[in-house]
Amino acid sequence: MSDVQPKKGPTGRRKVELDPRLAAYKGVWVFIEHQRGVTHPVSWELLGEGRKLADQLGVELAGVVLGAPGPSMRHACDEAFRYGADLCYLIEDPVLANYRNDPYTKGLTELVNKYQPEILLLGATTLGRDLGGSIATTLATGLTADCTELNIDLDNRSLAATRPTFGGSLLCTIQTLNYRPQMATVRPRVMHLPERGAARSGRIIEEPLGLVESAVITKVLEFIPDELQEQAQLAYADIIVSGGRGLKRPENFQLIWDLAEVLGAEVGATRPLIQAGWVTADRQVGQTGKTVRPKLYIAAGISGAIQHRVGMESSDVIIAINEDPNAPIFDFATYAIVGNAMQILPALTDAFRQHLATAKCAG
Amino acid sequence: MHIVVCIKQVPDSAQIRVHPVTNTIMRQGVPAIINPYDLYALEEALRLKDRYGGRVTVLCMGPSQADAALRKTLSFGADDAILVSDRAFAGSDTLATSYALAAAIKKIREDMPVDLVFAGKQTIDGDTAQVGPGIAKRLGLQLLTYVAKIAALDLDQGEITIHRRAEGGVQVLRTKLPCLVTVLEGINEMRFATMDDMFRAARHPLRVWDKSAVGIEDLNKIGLKGSPTVVAKVFAPQAKSQKAQRIETQSGAPKDLAATLLTKLFTHHPQLEREIAGRAL
Repeated sequence: MSDVQPKKGPTGRRKVELDPRLAAYKGVWVFIEHQRGVTHPVSWELLGEGRKLADQLGVELAGVVLGAPGPSMRHACDEAFRYGADLCYLIEDPVLANYRNDPYTKGLTELVNKYQPEILLLGATTLGRDLGGSIATTLATGLTADCTELNIDLDNRSLAATRPTFGGSLLCTIQTLNYRPQMATVRPRVMHLPERGAARSGRIIEEPLGLVESAVITKVLEFIPDELQEQAQLAYADIIVSGGRGLKRPENFQLIWDLAEVLGAEVGATRPLIQAGWVTADRQVGQTGKTVRPKLYIAAGISGAIQHRVGMESSDVIIAINEDPNAPIFDFATYAIVGNAMQILPALTDAFRQHLATAKCAG
Repeated sequence: MHIVVCIKQVPDSAQIRVHPVTNTIMRQGVPAIINPYDLYALEEALRLKDRYGGRVTVLCMGPSQADAALRKTLSFGADDAILVSDRAFAGSDTLATSYALAAAIKKIREDMPVDLVFAGKQTIDGDTAQVGPGIAKRLGLQLLTYVAKIAALDLDQGEITIHRRAEGGVQVLRTKLPCLVTVLEGINEMRFATMDDMFRAARHPLRVWDKSAVGIEDLNKIGLKGSPTVVAKVFAPQAKSQKAQRIETQSGAPKDLAATLLTKLFTHHPQLEREIAGRAL
């Protein structure tokens, strides 16, 4: 995307002589989202991007790990090294056991002020956005949300962060010129997972948090895991069946569930269906919903408006079913069936079911 | 109890078109709406007011046309509405916006203490979800984002218990007022405006605050000057040139189309056949 010629229009690029105080900021950091012993995969995806940026700048790539003391913390650092980090900053403290804004903001703000990275990346998760928006304020610097591409502008060594705007109709490249660090968030699944190098290692720099539990105002009473909540896990699903307005009536959405059940797939939907209350918001794919990258995406009755497209066009294979032969979705899908989704969906469900039954007998 | 609800007037992104030649947004005819996520925040605030009494003040930063959005919130039952509007705020990014809104809330607090600040989880035009956290940090409020449910509010103790959407689950958090809450979609269903409130909204004097009324002390912190981020370029996404391969059969019957599709799919993507067989067992 970076080779698209900028058309005439807003080109606010300014060359700025960086304040020497800010020029001292060096290195690329990735916040490693580690909760309840598990690291969110978006952290590894970001290390892949961070490695690229650090190499372009000729600086080190660091992972930042915050959490309660325990063996999984060192393990997270080791994993960060395997995914490309040269070093890790580590704060272990019982206060950090479960994410809360204040202690994490304090820990990360102080690390940044002490070690002064030029770039800080976070996952655009509920945690990363909560923390990112806070840190950008305490550090009084720029934060670009939901980037889809990160590059270094070698003219001024600054981060060029590209993100969709106006519902995905346009892309804009944003820079933070005379402030440091330059911050950006990236959604899960937008960047590729880098290869994991088994032999890599790195050094760990530990810092104290300096906060006691009694000084933290917000208390965690409970954590209710999603298995008990039946929340959709769309972002990392391998197969997704999605429906759009072309399904016409809420009861027709059952055809999506039927096909998904046969395929062992997750169910997605476009924004209008969420707004109409056919499906819960955790199933929304698109600019204001989730970004997905499944091996197979089946889109039924979805026209392929940019709002939806930006959330799913990276899928490996896209099967699109739509009555309108000129629907924009056919411009980027892999296979097109022009027809009535209410008739095609049951036929597909049957075909897959039969195929699976035969495969089972044969195999 | 006094609740401030932050709203934004946004172009309805579902209706935005980009000019094919100039790559600029065609704003003509695109209706301006209240950011849909903010309506959940407003409704949640009104529900708390219905239950516990008190006052709901709606705050909006934007051009003078945004008064329409504020009148609408009054028709839903908000008690007061303030529009923060000044050319000096133009070009504000999220850092500068949170500075201006935090300054306005400080001003509001002078008349009546604020217990809760509500906002939507994000806007549909900027999609950043950064302004809420920014306001909370500037005002030293406890920050509760992605709130799916307000489980309890104890005004005597000054405590609130909420359910917050987190990665992989829901956090149940308890904190002290005052705090800032950003709410998730679907937390409630928006009420309809009553006739009485519609009449009241039409007559209600809107308060419009410019930068001096807001009490902005440092002009370097608002507008373009106060915005660390700079838009370097705007461009159209590159069109993917791959046209879909159309599945066709002689009969055109759904059954035949499905069979043809499966054959093609599994011939060209044998890994998908294994994937599906593996999960369905």
